[in-house]
Amino acid sequence: MTLLQTRDLSAFYGDFQALFDINVSIEEGETVAIIGANGAGKTTFLRAVAGVLEAEPEAIMFDGKPIGGMTPHEIVHLGIALVPEGRRLFQSLSVEENLLLGGHSERPGPWSLKRVYELFPRIEELRRLPAPSLSGGQQQMAAIGRALMSNPRLLLCDELSLGLAPVVIRDIYACLGSITGQGTTVVLVEQDINRALDASARFYCLQEGRLALSAPTKDFDRAALTAAYFGL
Amino acid sequence: MEWLNTIIQGMLLGGIYALFAIGLSLSFGIMRLVNIAHGDFIVLSAYVSLVVSQGTGLDPFSTLIIVVPAMFVLGYVMQRGLLNATLSGGLLPPLLVTFGISVIIQNGLLQGFGAYTHRLQEGAIETASVRLPGGISIGVYPLLVFAVAILSIGGLQVLFYSTRLGRAFRAVSDDADTAELMGIDNRKLYAVALGIAMIFTAIAGVLFAIRTNFDPAAGPIRLILAFEAVIIGGLGSMWGTLVGGVILGVAQAVGAALNPTWQILAGHIAFLIILIVRPSGLFPRTRD
Repeated sequence: MTLLQTRDLSAFYGDFQALFDINVSIEEGETVAIIGANGAGKTTFLRAVAGVLEAEPEAIMFDGKPIGGMTPHEIVHLGIALVPEGRRLFQSLSVEENLLLGGHSERPGPWSLKRVYELFPRIEELRRLPAPSLSGGQQQMAAIGRALMSNPRLLLCDELSLGLAPVVIRDIYACLGSITGQGTTVVLVEQDINRALDASARFYCLQEGRLALSAPTKDFDRAALTAAYFGL
Repeated sequence: MEWLNTIIQGMLLGGIYALFAIGLSLSFGIMRLVNIAHGDFIVLSAYVSLVVSQGTGLDPFSTLIIVVPAMFVLGYVMQRGLLNATLSGGLLPPLLVTFGISVIIQNGLLQGFGAYTHRLQEGAIETASVRLPGGISIGVYPLLVFAVAILSIGGLQVLFYSTRLGRAFRAVSDDADTAELMGIDNRKLYAVALGIAMIFTAIAGVLFAIRTNFDPAAGPIRLILAFEAVIIGGLGSMWGTLVGGVILGVAQAVGAALNPTWQILAGHIAFLIILIVRPSGLFPRTRD
Protein backbone atom coordinates (compact mmCIF):
# COMPACT_ATOMS: atom_id res chain seq x y z
CA MET A 1 0.00 0.00 0.00
CA THR A 2 1.32 3.44 -0.86
CA LEU A 3 1.77 5.49 2.31
CA LEU A 4 3.26 8.67 0.89
CA GLN A 5 2.95 9.93 -2.62
CA THR A 6 3.91 13.30 -4.04
CA ARG A 7 2.41 14.49 -7.30
CA ASP A 8 4.36 17.20 -9.11
CA LEU A 9 5.39 18.64 -5.74
CA SER A 10 6.93 22.09 -6.01
CA ALA A 11 8.16 24.14 -3.08
CA PHE A 12 9.32 27.72 -2.71
CA TYR A 13 11.30 29.87 -0.31
CA GLY A 14 9.70 33.23 -1.11
CA ASP A 15 10.22 33.68 -4.85
CA PHE A 16 12.94 31.08 -5.02
CA GLN A 17 11.74 27.71 -6.27
CA ALA A 18 13.55 24.92 -4.43
CA LEU A 19 11.65 21.86 -5.69
CA PHE A 20 10.36 21.21 -9.21
CA ASP A 21 7.59 18.67 -9.89
CA ILE A 22 8.83 15.91 -7.59
CA ASN A 23 7.02 12.58 -7.95
CA VAL A 24 7.87 10.14 -5.18
CA SER A 25 5.96 7.10 -4.03
CA ILE A 26 6.75 5.31 -0.78
CA GLU A 27 5.15 2.06 0.33
CA GLU A 28 4.12 1.33 3.90
CA GLY A 29 6.95 -0.37 5.81
CA GLU A 30 9.68 0.64 3.36
CA THR A 31 12.92 2.39 4.17
CA VAL A 32 13.78 4.84 1.43
CA ALA A 33 16.82 7.07 1.11
CA ILE A 34 16.83 10.49 -0.46
CA ILE A 35 20.30 11.51 -1.47
CA GLY A 36 21.79 14.42 -3.30
CA ALA A 37 24.46 17.08 -3.09
CA ASN A 38 24.27 20.16 -0.89
CA GLY A 39 21.35 22.34 -1.97
CA ALA A 40 19.68 19.60 -4.02
CA GLY A 41 16.41 20.04 -2.11
CA LYS A 42 16.50 17.03 0.23
CA THR A 43 15.72 18.98 3.40
CA THR A 44 13.18 21.08 1.48
CA PHE A 45 11.39 17.90 0.47
CA LEU A 46 11.14 16.73 4.10
CA ARG A 47 10.01 20.17 5.26
CA ALA A 48 7.28 20.22 2.61
CA VAL A 49 6.02 16.79 3.67
CA ALA A 50 6.10 17.82 7.35
CA GLY A 51 4.00 20.88 6.55
CA VAL A 52 6.63 23.53 7.25
CA LEU A 53 6.50 24.75 3.64
CA GLU A 54 3.40 25.57 1.64
CA ALA A 55 2.25 23.01 -0.92
CA GLU A 56 -0.80 22.32 -3.08
CA PRO A 57 -3.20 19.99 -1.21
CA GLU A 58 -3.11 17.23 -3.83
CA ALA A 59 0.67 17.50 -4.24
CA ILE A 60 1.24 15.44 -1.08
CA MET A 61 -0.94 12.40 -0.47
CA PHE A 62 -0.57 10.55 2.83
CA ASP A 63 -2.47 7.31 3.24
CA GLY A 64 -4.59 8.34 0.24
CA LYS A 65 -5.56 11.74 1.63
CA PRO A 66 -4.28 15.14 0.49
CA ILE A 67 -2.18 16.80 3.21
CA GLY A 68 -0.40 19.57 1.30
CA GLY A 69 -0.89 22.94 3.00
CA MET A 70 -1.83 21.48 6.39
CA THR A 71 0.00 22.90 9.40
CA PRO A 72 2.89 20.89 10.89
CA HIS A 73 0.95 20.12 14.06
CA GLU A 74 -1.99 18.72 12.10
CA ILE A 75 0.40 16.52 10.14
CA VAL A 76 2.00 15.17 13.33
CA HIS A 77 -1.45 14.08 14.49
CA LEU A 78 -1.89 12.17 11.20
CA GLY A 79 1.30 10.20 11.89
CA ILE A 80 4.29 11.90 10.28
CA ALA A 81 7.25 12.85 12.48
CA LEU A 82 10.40 14.71 11.51
CA VAL A 83 13.82 14.33 13.11
CA PRO A 84 15.10 17.78 12.13
CA GLU A 85 18.55 18.53 10.82
CA GLY A 86 20.83 19.55 13.68
CA ARG A 87 18.61 17.71 16.24
CA ARG A 88 16.90 20.88 17.50
CA LEU A 89 16.28 19.57 21.04
CA PHE A 90 14.57 22.01 23.38
CA GLN A 91 17.47 23.60 25.22
CA SER A 92 15.78 24.48 28.49
CA LEU A 93 14.04 21.12 28.83
CA SER A 94 15.55 17.99 30.32
CA VAL A 95 16.13 14.99 28.08
CA GLU A 96 13.03 13.26 29.44
CA GLU A 97 10.93 16.40 29.01
CA ASN A 98 12.06 16.54 25.38
CA LEU A 99 10.83 12.97 24.92
CA LEU A 100 7.54 13.69 26.68
CA LEU A 101 7.05 16.72 24.48
CA GLY A 102 7.49 14.48 21.44
CA GLY A 103 4.45 12.61 22.74
CA HIS A 104 2.38 15.79 22.96
CA SER A 105 0.06 14.62 20.19
CA GLU A 106 -0.83 11.51 22.28
CA ARG A 107 -1.11 9.32 19.22
CA PRO A 108 -1.59 5.71 20.28
CA GLY A 109 0.99 3.15 19.20
CA PRO A 110 3.87 0.94 20.25
CA TRP A 111 6.25 3.70 21.36
CA SER A 112 6.33 4.98 24.91
CA LEU A 113 8.93 6.46 27.23
CA LYS A 114 9.75 2.93 28.36
CA ARG A 115 10.20 1.60 24.83
CA VAL A 116 12.37 4.54 23.79
CA TYR A 117 14.59 3.92 26.82
CA GLU A 118 14.84 0.24 25.85
CA LEU A 119 16.00 1.32 22.40
CA PHE A 120 18.48 3.86 23.81
CA PRO A 121 19.54 2.69 27.31
CA ARG A 122 22.17 5.44 27.50
CA ILE A 123 19.46 8.07 27.14
CA GLU A 124 17.61 6.66 30.14
CA GLU A 125 20.72 7.14 32.28
CA LEU A 126 20.92 10.77 31.14
CA ARG A 127 17.19 11.51 31.28
CA ARG A 128 17.34 14.12 34.04
CA LEU A 129 20.10 16.19 32.42
CA PRO A 130 19.39 19.34 30.43
CA ALA A 131 19.37 18.52 26.72
CA PRO A 132 22.38 20.70 25.77
CA SER A 133 24.67 18.77 28.14
CA LEU A 134 24.45 15.65 25.96
CA SER A 135 27.04 14.76 23.32
CA GLY A 136 26.09 15.09 19.66
CA GLY A 137 25.36 11.38 19.27
CA GLN A 138 23.29 11.27 22.46
CA GLN A 139 21.35 14.31 21.29
CA GLN A 140 20.66 12.58 17.97
CA MET A 141 19.33 9.54 19.84
CA ALA A 142 17.14 11.78 21.98
CA ALA A 143 15.87 13.55 18.85
CA ILE A 144 14.97 10.22 17.26
CA GLY A 145 13.30 9.11 20.48
CA ARG A 146 11.37 12.36 20.65
CA ALA A 147 10.04 11.82 17.11
CA LEU A 148 9.12 8.20 17.91
CA MET A 149 7.07 9.35 20.92
CA SER A 150 4.41 10.60 18.49
CA ASN A 151 4.08 7.01 17.19
CA PRO A 152 4.57 7.99 13.57
CA ARG A 153 3.60 5.81 10.63
CA LEU A 154 6.18 7.74 8.63
CA LEU A 155 9.46 8.85 10.19
CA LEU A 156 11.43 11.49 8.31
CA CYS A 157 15.11 11.64 9.30
CA ASP A 158 17.16 14.63 8.17
CA GLU A 159 20.94 14.10 8.16
CA LEU A 160 21.22 11.72 11.10
CA SER A 161 24.97 11.46 10.58
CA LEU A 162 25.69 15.19 10.45
CA GLY A 163 28.65 16.14 12.62
CA LEU A 164 28.93 12.75 14.32
CA ALA A 165 31.86 10.33 14.63
CA PRO A 166 31.69 7.22 12.41
CA VAL A 167 31.38 4.87 15.38
CA VAL A 168 28.43 6.90 16.71
CA ILE A 169 26.78 6.96 13.29
CA ARG A 170 27.06 3.15 13.18
CA ASP A 171 25.31 2.87 16.56
CA ILE A 172 22.48 5.12 15.47
CA TYR A 173 21.91 3.30 12.19
CA ALA A 174 21.96 0.01 14.06
CA CYS A 175 18.86 1.20 15.92
CA LEU A 176 16.95 1.88 12.72
CA GLY A 177 16.19 -1.84 12.41
CA SER A 178 14.25 -1.79 15.69
CA ILE A 179 12.24 1.16 14.38
CA THR A 180 11.35 -0.31 11.00
CA GLY A 181 10.68 -3.61 12.77
CA GLN A 182 7.60 -1.91 14.27
CA GLY A 183 6.27 -1.39 10.77
CA THR A 184 7.29 2.26 10.71
CA THR A 185 8.09 3.62 7.28
CA VAL A 186 11.36 5.58 7.23
CA VAL A 187 12.67 8.22 4.87
CA LEU A 188 16.37 8.92 5.29
CA VAL A 189 17.89 12.08 3.95
CA GLU A 190 21.68 11.88 3.89
CA GLN A 191 24.72 13.38 2.30
CA ASP A 192 26.60 10.25 3.38
CA ILE A 193 25.50 8.16 0.39
CA ASN A 194 26.92 4.79 1.38
CA ARG A 195 25.42 4.97 4.85
CA ALA A 196 22.00 5.80 3.43
CA LEU A 197 22.10 3.16 0.70
CA ASP A 198 23.16 0.43 3.18
CA ALA A 199 20.16 1.16 5.38
CA SER A 200 17.49 1.40 2.68
CA ALA A 201 15.92 -0.68 -0.05
CA ARG A 202 15.35 2.08 -2.60
CA PHE A 203 16.67 5.55 -3.15
CA TYR A 204 15.79 8.77 -4.90
CA CYS A 205 18.51 11.13 -6.00
CA LEU A 206 17.72 14.83 -6.19
CA GLN A 207 19.71 17.34 -8.14
CA GLU A 208 19.06 21.08 -8.04
CA GLY A 209 15.46 20.60 -6.97
CA ARG A 210 14.61 17.95 -9.56
CA LEU A 211 14.33 14.18 -9.31
CA ALA A 212 17.38 12.87 -11.17
CA LEU A 213 17.33 9.13 -10.47
CA SER A 214 15.31 6.50 -8.66
CA ALA A 215 16.50 2.92 -8.21
CA PRO A 216 16.71 -0.04 -5.81
CA THR A 217 19.87 0.08 -3.68
CA LYS A 218 20.91 -3.51 -4.41
CA ASP A 219 21.28 -3.26 -8.13
CA PHE A 220 21.96 0.03 -9.81
CA ASP A 221 24.36 1.67 -12.17
CA ARG A 222 27.09 3.52 -10.25
CA ALA A 223 27.84 5.68 -13.25
CA ALA A 224 24.17 6.72 -13.48
CA LEU A 225 24.23 7.65 -9.78
CA THR A 226 27.37 9.71 -10.22
CA ALA A 227 25.75 11.52 -13.13
CA ALA A 228 22.53 12.09 -11.19
CA TYR A 229 24.39 13.24 -8.07
CA PHE A 230 26.80 15.65 -9.66
CA GLY A 231 24.79 16.51 -12.75
CA LEU A 232 27.64 15.52 -15.04
CA MET B 1 14.68 51.13 63.47
CA GLU B 2 13.28 53.93 61.37
CA TRP B 3 15.26 52.65 58.36
CA LEU B 4 14.39 49.02 58.95
CA ASN B 5 10.77 50.04 58.95
CA THR B 6 11.24 51.94 55.67
CA ILE B 7 12.91 48.97 54.02
CA ILE B 8 10.22 46.54 55.15
CA GLN B 9 7.49 48.84 53.82
CA GLY B 10 9.42 49.11 50.54
CA MET B 11 9.75 45.33 50.23
CA LEU B 12 6.02 44.91 50.73
CA LEU B 13 5.37 47.62 48.14
CA GLY B 14 7.45 45.50 45.76
CA GLY B 15 4.78 42.80 45.93
CA ILE B 16 2.33 44.83 43.86
CA TYR B 17 5.08 45.73 41.36
CA ALA B 18 5.89 42.05 40.95
CA LEU B 19 2.20 41.37 40.35
CA PHE B 20 2.15 44.13 37.71
CA ALA B 21 5.09 42.44 36.03
CA ILE B 22 3.93 38.82 35.93
CA GLY B 23 1.61 39.19 32.93
CA LEU B 24 4.17 41.18 30.98
CA SER B 25 6.89 38.67 31.76
CA LEU B 26 4.70 35.72 30.70
CA SER B 27 3.69 37.15 27.35
CA PHE B 28 7.24 38.17 26.55
CA GLY B 29 8.74 34.92 27.81
CA ILE B 30 6.44 32.61 25.88
CA MET B 31 5.74 34.44 22.63
CA ARG B 32 8.15 37.40 22.59
CA LEU B 33 5.17 39.74 22.75
CA VAL B 34 5.97 43.14 24.21
CA ASN B 35 2.54 44.19 25.37
CA ILE B 36 2.46 47.99 25.47
CA ALA B 37 -1.19 47.83 26.57
CA HIS B 38 -0.32 45.78 29.66
CA GLY B 39 -0.71 48.72 32.07
CA ASP B 40 -4.05 49.60 30.52
CA PHE B 41 -5.28 46.04 31.00
CA ILE B 42 -4.39 46.40 34.69
CA VAL B 43 -6.51 49.55 34.85
CA LEU B 44 -9.26 47.97 32.73
CA SER B 45 -9.42 45.11 35.27
CA ALA B 46 -9.92 47.69 38.02
CA TYR B 47 -12.81 49.28 36.11
CA VAL B 48 -14.40 45.88 35.45
CA SER B 49 -14.18 45.20 39.18
CA LEU B 50 -15.71 48.62 39.90
CA VAL B 51 -18.64 47.98 37.57
CA VAL B 52 -19.25 44.48 38.93
CA SER B 53 -18.98 45.75 42.48
CA GLN B 54 -21.47 48.57 41.84
CA GLY B 55 -23.81 46.28 39.94
CA THR B 56 -23.89 43.36 42.36
CA GLY B 57 -22.81 44.86 45.69
CA LEU B 58 -19.91 42.41 45.88
CA ASP B 59 -16.73 43.60 47.61
CA PRO B 60 -13.67 44.00 45.34
CA PHE B 61 -12.06 40.68 46.41
CA SER B 62 -15.23 38.79 45.54
CA THR B 63 -15.48 40.47 42.13
CA LEU B 64 -12.36 38.50 41.15
CA ILE B 65 -14.71 35.55 40.57
CA ILE B 66 -15.98 37.51 37.57
CA VAL B 67 -13.01 39.72 36.65
CA VAL B 68 -10.50 36.86 36.39
CA PRO B 69 -12.47 34.70 33.91
CA ALA B 70 -13.52 37.80 31.95
CA MET B 71 -9.91 38.90 31.51
CA PHE B 72 -8.83 35.34 30.63
CA VAL B 73 -11.40 35.25 27.83
CA LEU B 74 -10.40 38.73 26.66
CA GLY B 75 -6.74 37.68 26.51
CA TYR B 76 -7.52 34.44 24.70
CA VAL B 77 -9.73 36.10 22.09
CA MET B 78 -7.36 39.01 21.54
CA GLN B 79 -4.38 36.72 20.95
CA ARG B 80 -6.35 34.38 18.71
CA GLY B 81 -8.12 37.05 16.73
CA LEU B 82 -5.55 39.81 16.54
CA LEU B 83 -2.09 39.39 18.01
CA ASN B 84 -1.24 36.00 16.45
CA ALA B 85 -1.34 37.75 13.09
CA THR B 86 1.40 40.15 14.20
CA LEU B 87 3.91 37.64 15.54
CA SER B 88 5.60 36.47 12.34
CA GLY B 89 6.84 39.93 11.36
CA GLY B 90 9.40 40.64 14.09
CA LEU B 91 9.14 42.80 17.19
CA LEU B 92 7.65 45.94 15.65
CA PRO B 93 4.13 44.85 14.53
CA PRO B 94 3.05 43.61 18.01
CA LEU B 95 4.47 46.81 19.53
CA LEU B 96 2.39 48.97 17.21
CA VAL B 97 -0.78 46.92 17.60
CA THR B 98 -0.60 46.82 21.40
CA PHE B 99 0.17 50.54 21.41
CA GLY B 100 -3.06 51.01 19.44
CA ILE B 101 -4.94 48.82 21.92
CA SER B 102 -3.53 50.98 24.72
CA VAL B 103 -4.91 54.14 23.07
CA ILE B 104 -8.29 52.48 22.52
CA ILE B 105 -8.59 51.28 26.14
CA GLN B 106 -7.60 54.65 27.62
CA ASN B 107 -10.00 56.60 25.44
CA GLY B 108 -12.76 54.04 25.81
CA LEU B 109 -12.49 54.29 29.61
CA LEU B 110 -12.41 58.09 29.39
CA GLN B 111 -15.55 58.01 27.27
CA GLY B 112 -17.34 55.59 29.56
CA PHE B 113 -16.26 56.75 33.01
CA GLY B 114 -14.93 60.27 32.58
CA ALA B 115 -11.57 61.44 33.90
CA TYR B 116 -12.60 61.11 37.58
CA THR B 117 -10.41 59.11 39.89
CA HIS B 118 -11.91 56.03 41.51
CA ARG B 119 -10.88 53.64 44.21
CA LEU B 120 -12.15 50.21 45.19
CA GLN B 121 -13.29 49.96 48.82
CA GLU B 122 -12.45 46.77 50.68
CA GLY B 123 -13.20 48.04 54.20
CA ALA B 124 -11.28 47.52 57.42
CA ILE B 125 -8.50 45.37 55.99
CA GLU B 126 -7.15 48.40 54.12
CA THR B 127 -6.02 50.11 57.31
CA ALA B 128 -5.43 47.11 59.60
CA SER B 129 -1.88 46.57 60.76
CA VAL B 130 0.16 44.25 62.93
CA ARG B 131 2.67 45.68 65.38
CA LEU B 132 6.03 43.95 65.64
CA PRO B 133 8.50 44.38 68.49
CA GLY B 134 10.74 47.39 68.01
CA GLY B 135 7.97 49.75 66.98
CA ILE B 136 7.67 48.36 63.45
CA SER B 137 4.13 48.33 62.14
CA ILE B 138 3.21 46.30 59.09
CA GLY B 139 0.02 46.87 57.13
CA VAL B 140 -2.08 43.75 56.77
CA TYR B 141 -3.08 44.70 53.25
CA PRO B 142 0.46 45.16 51.83
CA LEU B 143 1.39 41.89 53.52
CA LEU B 144 -1.55 40.20 51.82
CA VAL B 145 -0.55 41.61 48.42
CA PHE B 146 3.00 40.40 48.94
CA ALA B 147 1.73 36.93 49.84
CA VAL B 148 -0.43 36.88 46.71
CA ALA B 149 2.63 37.78 44.62
CA ILE B 150 4.62 34.91 46.14
CA LEU B 151 1.75 32.46 45.71
CA SER B 152 1.24 33.59 42.11
CA ILE B 153 4.85 33.09 41.17
CA GLY B 154 5.01 29.79 43.08
CA GLY B 155 1.90 28.64 41.25
CA LEU B 156 3.40 29.58 37.90
CA GLN B 157 6.56 27.63 38.73
CA VAL B 158 4.43 24.55 39.38
CA LEU B 159 2.57 25.16 36.12
CA PHE B 160 5.79 25.57 34.15
CA TYR B 161 7.78 22.70 35.61
CA SER B 162 5.19 20.09 36.57
CA THR B 163 2.45 20.16 33.94
CA ARG B 164 2.06 19.19 30.30
CA LEU B 165 0.89 22.71 29.47
CA GLY B 166 3.91 24.27 31.16
CA ARG B 167 6.28 21.95 29.32
CA ALA B 168 4.68 23.05 26.06
CA PHE B 169 5.08 26.71 27.07
CA ARG B 170 8.79 26.22 27.72
CA ALA B 171 9.30 24.32 24.48
CA VAL B 172 7.54 26.99 22.43
CA SER B 173 9.61 29.64 24.17
CA ASP B 174 12.79 27.75 23.22
CA ASP B 175 11.97 27.00 19.60
CA ALA B 176 8.46 27.65 18.29
CA ASP B 177 9.02 26.03 14.87
CA THR B 178 10.25 22.76 16.32
CA ALA B 179 7.44 22.77 18.90
CA GLU B 180 4.96 22.92 16.03
CA LEU B 181 6.68 19.82 14.57
CA MET B 182 5.92 18.01 17.86
CA GLY B 183 2.20 18.51 17.34
CA ILE B 184 1.74 21.70 19.34
CA ASP B 185 -0.72 24.21 17.92
CA ASN B 186 1.33 27.32 18.66
CA ARG B 187 -1.48 29.77 17.93
CA LYS B 188 -3.83 28.10 20.37
CA LEU B 189 -1.06 27.81 22.96
CA TYR B 190 -0.26 31.52 22.62
CA ALA B 191 -3.94 32.35 23.16
CA VAL B 192 -3.94 30.29 26.37
CA ALA B 193 -0.71 32.03 27.42
CA LEU B 194 -2.16 35.52 27.05
CA GLY B 195 -5.28 34.30 28.83
CA ILE B 196 -3.15 33.13 31.77
CA ALA B 197 -1.16 36.38 31.70
CA MET B 198 -4.49 38.23 31.93
CA ILE B 199 -5.49 36.22 35.02
CA PHE B 200 -2.53 37.76 36.85
CA THR B 201 -3.21 41.14 35.26
CA ALA B 202 -6.75 40.98 36.68
CA ILE B 203 -5.51 40.09 40.16
CA ALA B 204 -2.89 42.87 40.00
CA GLY B 205 -5.49 45.38 38.79
CA VAL B 206 -7.97 44.72 41.58
CA LEU B 207 -5.34 44.62 44.34
CA PHE B 208 -3.74 47.84 43.06
CA ALA B 209 -7.08 49.65 42.83
CA ILE B 210 -7.90 48.90 46.46
CA ARG B 211 -4.72 50.66 47.51
CA THR B 212 -4.39 53.46 44.97
CA ASN B 213 -6.66 55.87 43.14
CA PHE B 214 -6.99 55.11 39.46
CA ASP B 215 -8.26 56.92 36.38
CA PRO B 216 -8.29 56.07 32.65
CA ALA B 217 -4.73 57.36 32.19
CA ALA B 218 -3.20 55.34 35.06
CA GLY B 219 -2.00 52.48 32.82
CA PRO B 220 1.28 53.68 31.33
CA ILE B 221 2.88 54.26 34.77
CA ARG B 222 2.01 50.64 35.76
CA LEU B 223 3.49 49.47 32.46
CA ILE B 224 6.78 51.25 33.21
CA LEU B 225 6.92 49.82 36.74
CA ALA B 226 6.21 46.35 35.34
CA PHE B 227 8.92 46.73 32.70
CA GLU B 228 11.42 47.87 35.30
CA ALA B 229 10.65 44.94 37.61
CA VAL B 230 10.98 42.45 34.73
CA ILE B 231 14.23 43.91 33.46
CA ILE B 232 15.84 44.25 36.89
CA GLY B 233 14.99 40.62 37.61
CA GLY B 234 16.20 39.41 34.23
CA LEU B 235 13.96 38.38 31.33
CA GLY B 236 12.34 35.00 31.75
CA SER B 237 12.97 34.59 35.48
CA MET B 238 9.78 34.73 37.56
CA TRP B 239 11.48 34.84 40.95
CA GLY B 240 13.81 37.46 39.47
CA THR B 241 10.73 39.51 38.69
CA LEU B 242 9.73 39.38 42.37
CA VAL B 243 13.24 40.52 43.35
CA GLY B 244 12.97 43.27 40.72
CA GLY B 245 9.69 44.43 42.24
CA VAL B 246 11.17 44.42 45.73
CA ILE B 247 14.22 46.41 44.63
CA LEU B 248 11.95 49.01 43.02
CA GLY B 249 9.77 49.16 46.13
CA VAL B 250 12.70 49.53 48.52
CA ALA B 251 14.31 52.21 46.34
CA GLN B 252 11.06 54.14 46.25
CA ALA B 253 10.53 53.82 50.01
CA VAL B 254 14.07 54.95 50.78
CA GLY B 255 13.75 57.83 48.30
CA ALA B 256 10.46 58.89 49.86
CA ALA B 257 11.96 58.75 53.36
CA LEU B 258 14.72 61.12 52.29
CA ASN B 259 12.36 63.49 50.52
CA PRO B 260 8.70 62.72 49.70
CA THR B 261 9.04 64.08 46.14
CA TRP B 262 11.85 61.62 45.36
CA GLN B 263 9.79 58.44 45.62
CA ILE B 264 9.18 57.71 41.92
CA LEU B 265 12.51 59.17 40.85
CA ALA B 266 14.42 56.91 43.26
CA GLY B 267 12.80 53.82 41.72
CA HIS B 268 13.78 54.85 38.20
CA ILE B 269 17.33 55.65 39.30
CA ALA B 270 17.70 52.23 40.93
CA PHE B 271 16.47 50.71 37.66
CA LEU B 272 18.98 52.70 35.59
CA ILE B 273 21.86 51.78 37.90
CA ILE B 274 21.06 48.08 37.58
CA LEU B 275 20.66 48.43 33.82
CA ILE B 276 24.17 49.91 33.64
CA VAL B 277 25.79 47.40 36.00
CA ARG B 278 23.90 44.29 34.84
CA PRO B 279 22.36 45.00 31.40
CA SER B 280 20.66 41.60 31.24
CA GLY B 281 19.23 41.83 34.75
CA LEU B 282 20.07 39.98 37.93
CA PHE B 283 18.83 36.48 36.99
CA PRO B 284 18.63 36.31 33.18
CA ARG B 285 17.15 33.15 31.67
CA THR B 286 16.09 34.14 28.18
CA ARG B 287 18.97 34.11 25.75
CA ASP B 288 17.76 36.28 22.87
